[in-house]
Amino acid sequence: MGKYIIKRTFFAFLTLIAVVTITFFLMRSIPGDPLAGMARALPEETKQAFYAKYGLDKPLFEQYLIYMKGLFHGDLGESIRYAGRPVMKTIAETSPISGLYGGIALVLGTLTGVILGIVAALNKNRWPDYIVMFIAILGTTLPVFVLISLAQWVFGVKLGWLPPSGWGELKHMILPIAVSAFGSVATYARYVKASMLDTLDQDYVLTAKAKGLSDFQVITRHVLRNSLMPSVTIFAGSVVGVFTGAFVTERMFAIPGIGFYYISSINNNDYTMVLGTTVFYAVLFIVMQLVLDIVYTLIDPRIRVSGKK
Amino acid sequence: MENKEKILEVENLCVSFHTYAGEVKAVRNVNFHVNRGETLAFVGESGCGKTATSKAIMRLWNPPFVEIKDCSSMKYNGEEIMDMDKKRLQALRGNEISMIFQDPMTSLNPTMTVGKQIMEGLMLHRHLNKEEARKEALNMLRMVKIPDPEKNLDAYPHQLSGGMRQRVMIAIALACEPSILIADEPTTALDVTIQAQILDLLSNLKKEMNTAIILVTHDLGVIANFADRVQVMYAGQIVERGTTQEIFTEAKHPYTWALLSSVPALAKENKQELYALKGTPPDLLLPLNHCPFAARCEYCMQICKEQNPMETELTGTHKVSCWLQHPDAPKVESFYDRRKK
Repeated sequence: MGKYIIKRTFFAFLTLIAVVTITFFLMRSIPGDPLAGMARALPEETKQAFYAKYGLDKPLFEQYLIYMKGLFHGDLGESIRYAGRPVMKTIAETSPISGLYGGIALVLGTLTGVILGIVAALNKNRWPDYIVMFIAILGTTLPVFVLISLAQWVFGVKLGWLPPSGWGELKHMILPIAVSAFGSVATYARYVKASMLDTLDQDYVLTAKAKGLSDFQVITRHVLRNSLMPSVTIFAGSVVGVFTGAFVTERMFAIPGIGFYYISSINNNDYTMVLGTTVFYAVLFIVMQLVLDIVYTLIDPRIRVSGKK
Repeated sequence: MENKEKILEVENLCVSFHTYAGEVKAVRNVNFHVNRGETLAFVGESGCGKTATSKAIMRLWNPPFVEIKDCSSMKYNGEEIMDMDKKRLQALRGNEISMIFQDPMTSLNPTMTVGKQIMEGLMLHRHLNKEEARKEALNMLRMVKIPDPEKNLDAYPHQLSGGMRQRVMIAIALACEPSILIADEPTTALDVTIQAQILDLLSNLKKEMNTAIILVTHDLGVIANFADRVQVMYAGQIVERGTTQEIFTEAKHPYTWALLSSVPALAKENKQELYALKGTPPDLLLPLNHCPFAARCEYCMQICKEQNPMETELTGTHKVSCWLQHPDAPKVESFYDRRKK
């Protein structure tokens, strides 16, 4: 097991380098530079001084090496757009905000989705199934911005129960949580229903039934675990999605989370900020994958890594 | 065959599958009984209703897609299975009647240890606690001759071979010493050498526990070695039944002849081409008021296409449903006998 983790960590590291490299050169291939968005007519010397300050006057490959060197020392650099603000600090300040409401939404949404999926599978082709699938299809087809506008209009404007946007108080969190959770509900309900129906058809479920177990015992002992396993796979993506998928939500609700800054830094060609955030996402994703692979081996004996015996 | 007590009596069993195309009458008015401790074999080609019948006995079919018609009667030890409620059925399954399935590769829960899967039934039906059940499960593994049972008790199914898994299935099924074991093609998915081992094991355990076995198979070789009585099924009906001896030496139904002729003979000088029955079984979606085998039968007469033959009793045990048994029917020579010459 230890050997496996070391191997996985090594490959995770390679992946990270690849992600950073690709992002670095992609960002630089976008026309314009950080100055383009700020002021149109800066004197040439000022521009040059600016480039020199951030090392942008050096050859591209040298810049890349400098960046990588910083990265290895845990330094993500300073925002180009907002002078004096280290990227690391911005991430440290904004990601907990995204993590807080997104995490709550993910937990609530996943739990609800899994339960609804189970209900739908057990009542296949009856009304509970139809209702769940209606919700699920709504959740997957409705674009987030439509959903958000609708929520803001109904609860924020028409009914006036909740503030339509803003951040700082508990009441500001309710709508973003509800909207984000809705997506998870839809995804997991569909996923769990499909895998549960698949499991119910398996021969070993018949074996369990032929043993004389009650329907409840068959489901709790033999069906649930096997049908929830595929969902574990998509859970990794969902966790990262708490941070990345929140671009639109954070924009529209004016939540000062990491997604909010990611978008503005791309718009501003804030190279260091974009790279820093990407590194953050990549690390998060890779770590989640690693964690899930380990979790997976715990719940499914078939993929328990060799060397167990 | 010293003990002739009937443990299971099935009368008028009708099973229908409700499909999009319509009602498929998979089992049509099947009657049979099983004596305590004997082995009764169902034989026939795919789709003839063997599995449908055996699953119906345990009421394992899920309504509404599969319906066991109200006219059916299945008496276990005199108790009507059709009238059992959920609770009684659960107490019956795995305890009084058990089943093992065709594919041992998929019939075990992949995420549960073999031991736990055996223990489940023991804890449920015999109310053993965990420790006792574990001990008993270990005994079962020894009984089905799994090597290194202590270690394999905690193995997961994927760590065992197909033959071993089928042994585990047998251990699960026999853990509570049921009166009837339904073995639905227990050796079909295994290779030939393992088949023989599994059958030997089954027949030894049967003797030890005095369990009746309903053996569902399409392998006549298995039957010859193993069964006391045989029922040949075709298109959801039993067309011929008798002791194994009677079926192999004095078969009277053309379909049984066809089955027997399709078995390769291992004689060196045998250069005869293997017999193949032409055509396909009737579509069970359509009404069937005549002999189901008429369309494929070499000896088909006018009456065969008009009426379903009654069952003719040849001896106390040997019965056949064929118009050739009618006193007015021409005497024909079986092509099975002809080929043997």
